[in-house]
Amino acid sequence: MNDDREVILSRMRGALAPLRKRAAYPNFPDDVAVMREVVDWKDPWSVFCERTRLVNGESMERVEDVVALLKANHWLHGYCDPQLWPRLAPAFGPEFTVETAFDRTRVDDYQFGITRAVGAIAETGTLILSDASTSCRLGALAPWVHIAVLRREEVMANMAQAVALLGDDPNIIWVTGPSKTADVEGILIEGVHGPGRQIALLLG
Amino acid sequence: MKTQPIDQFACTLPPEKRQSVYNGTKATHEKRTKLLAGDFADPDRLRQLAGEVKQHVIENLDTLLPQVEERLTAGGAQVHWAADAAAARRHVLAILQRRGATRLVKAKTMVSEEIELAPFLEAHGIECLETDLGEFIVQIDHDHPSHIVRPIIHKNRREIATSFEKNGLGAYNDAPEVITRRAREFMRKKYLAADAGMTGANFVVAESGRLVVVTNEGNSRFSLAAPKCHIALVGIEKLLPRDRDLALFLNLLARSATAQQLTVYTEFIRGPRAAGQPDGPEEMHVIFVDNGRTDVLAGECREILRCIRCGACMNVCPVYRQVSGHAYRSVYPGPVGAVLSPLLAGEDFLEKADLPKASSLCGACNEVCPVNIPIPDLLLRLRDKGKRAGAASPGLPPMGPWALLASQPVVWKAALIGGRLLDYIPPGLIPVPAMHAWAASRTLPKWRGGVFRKWLRQREKRKTETGERKA
Repeated sequence: MNDDREVILSRMRGALAPLRKRAAYPNFPDDVAVMREVVDWKDPWSVFCERTRLVNGESMERVEDVVALLKANHWLHGYCDPQLWPRLAPAFGPEFTVETAFDRTRVDDYQFGITRAVGAIAETGTLILSDASTSCRLGALAPWVHIAVLRREEVMANMAQAVALLGDDPNIIWVTGPSKTADVEGILIEGVHGPGRQIALLLG
Repeated sequence: MKTQPIDQFACTLPPEKRQSVYNGTKATHEKRTKLLAGDFADPDRLRQLAGEVKQHVIENLDTLLPQVEERLTAGGAQVHWAADAAAARRHVLAILQRRGATRLVKAKTMVSEEIELAPFLEAHGIECLETDLGEFIVQIDHDHPSHIVRPIIHKNRREIATSFEKNGLGAYNDAPEVITRRAREFMRKKYLAADAGMTGANFVVAESGRLVVVTNEGNSRFSLAAPKCHIALVGIEKLLPRDRDLALFLNLLARSATAQQLTVYTEFIRGPRAAGQPDGPEEMHVIFVDNGRTDVLAGECREILRCIRCGACMNVCPVYRQVSGHAYRSVYPGPVGAVLSPLLAGEDFLEKADLPKASSLCGACNEVCPVNIPIPDLLLRLRDKGKRAGAASPGLPPMGPWALLASQPVVWKAALIGGRLLDYIPPGLIPVPAMHAWAASRTLPKWRGGVFRKWLRQREKRKTETGERKA
């Protein structure tokens, strides 16, 4: 089966040989596809909040607000990234059960997951998670609520900037609002396999 | 009268399905157009630019593919090559068997449909579960996707609720929210129990060896969070030269496919998880699949290899909207399928040769294509290829009598005069079957044969007279 490599490459060379000239890579600026109305917006975080609302994502600036939302919905059992927990723990009352190790044999026990984002994209209201920051992929995916913690200076203006900073983490994921489908008659339903509530929490 | 296969399918499509397809495609198309025009000063320029990038890719695949192979290997992935469908299936099976894997969860990949992977794996005792909601419903119904982005665009909620009930997924309930929750519950047990996860790739960047996978539901993320082994099936044309191209292509893909500014989950994968990471595959395999693509590259329709599988051409196509996807009898329906399916059919080209003819050549598919593929031109080239290969032309009158008419001036003149009879004969009585089909839904205009010749003759005469006066 390894011969297939040579078969494919030689067929390819044969197919391309008659071309007198190969199409060149076109010239274009990195920001060619930046959305026009967002270009001049000054404060990326406030743009992010506005844009993420358009895709039914949420944003908060105080841990207390997150805690209040969880309490109001009786979402009292969750996962929190071990590095974040010392900072967040004081805001959570004794009614909460928060684990800092995610046990995949009990995924449905966790109603919320709190992890660290590496950044966000203002233009599209997108959160950026990488293995380096959100090492527990399931903790950010399986619970109904995902809360991604980030800092103000980590919010980038647009997708072109975010692409330039992808780096070499083996896995990076951009998350734009809650998980959704429109497979059944085009009707939008949120929370298909991933979170039904996607929240960005600004800290510091 | 005998009609083309695609027309026969169209005739048997229940009106209810036609309506589902029409409503779904029209809504997405309109939203897409509004979004592109609202967000960008010159969306057409972006489409052309993306087309130039992809044309560069397909004309330089012989250098870009070895480059991406090297980058992927450096990132810790194992690269495999499959010249045809059988080789691709064998690779997947070998990887799974070596790991003793018996349960595979699958995100959407059109290549897996192309190589008919699921039935093959199941015959070898491997459970192969589609995790995209639409694909899952197709799977439990033993149906086929009718759209590459919205596989069940032809189904309504009542049909779905019925098959959920039949498959033990709860009592009949056709609320879309209930259907979705049941799938969520069922699927997460499967992800966690699975031995391997499969995805396709929307893009693979040659410069960095980055696989990019987009989904809205989060099913591909789950398939790469729980299982220990990742297998990616990738068509060899899926490359982009550089990371920077992604900003352009992701913007175009989401808007063109689902009228979103960005798909919910956009995952960038460079290799298996790092040591010490709790989640993610420890082993990653990328299978580059040819399966007819190098033949397309060698032919005169190679521009079709630019396609990024967004489905915008289906949503806008007046033919697709009427006939739905199954009429194309292929993995790839719609305008892109009318070009790609006959080409990928290889020796069975003639069986699909009716597809390029099922088009009014209105050009809408080209206008919406995010990589600016000249689909109408390609359809014409394929019609020509079909004719030369001796494709059947049911529904068309034989051209012999026409040739006689058009090459003998005397016969032609007689026919022009004789044609007046048509004004008095009901079309149903004319002994040409094609005429019956044509006249079943149309009325013939009044015969005007000879009018143009008369006008031309007089014009020539006037010109000569004026010329003489001037002289």
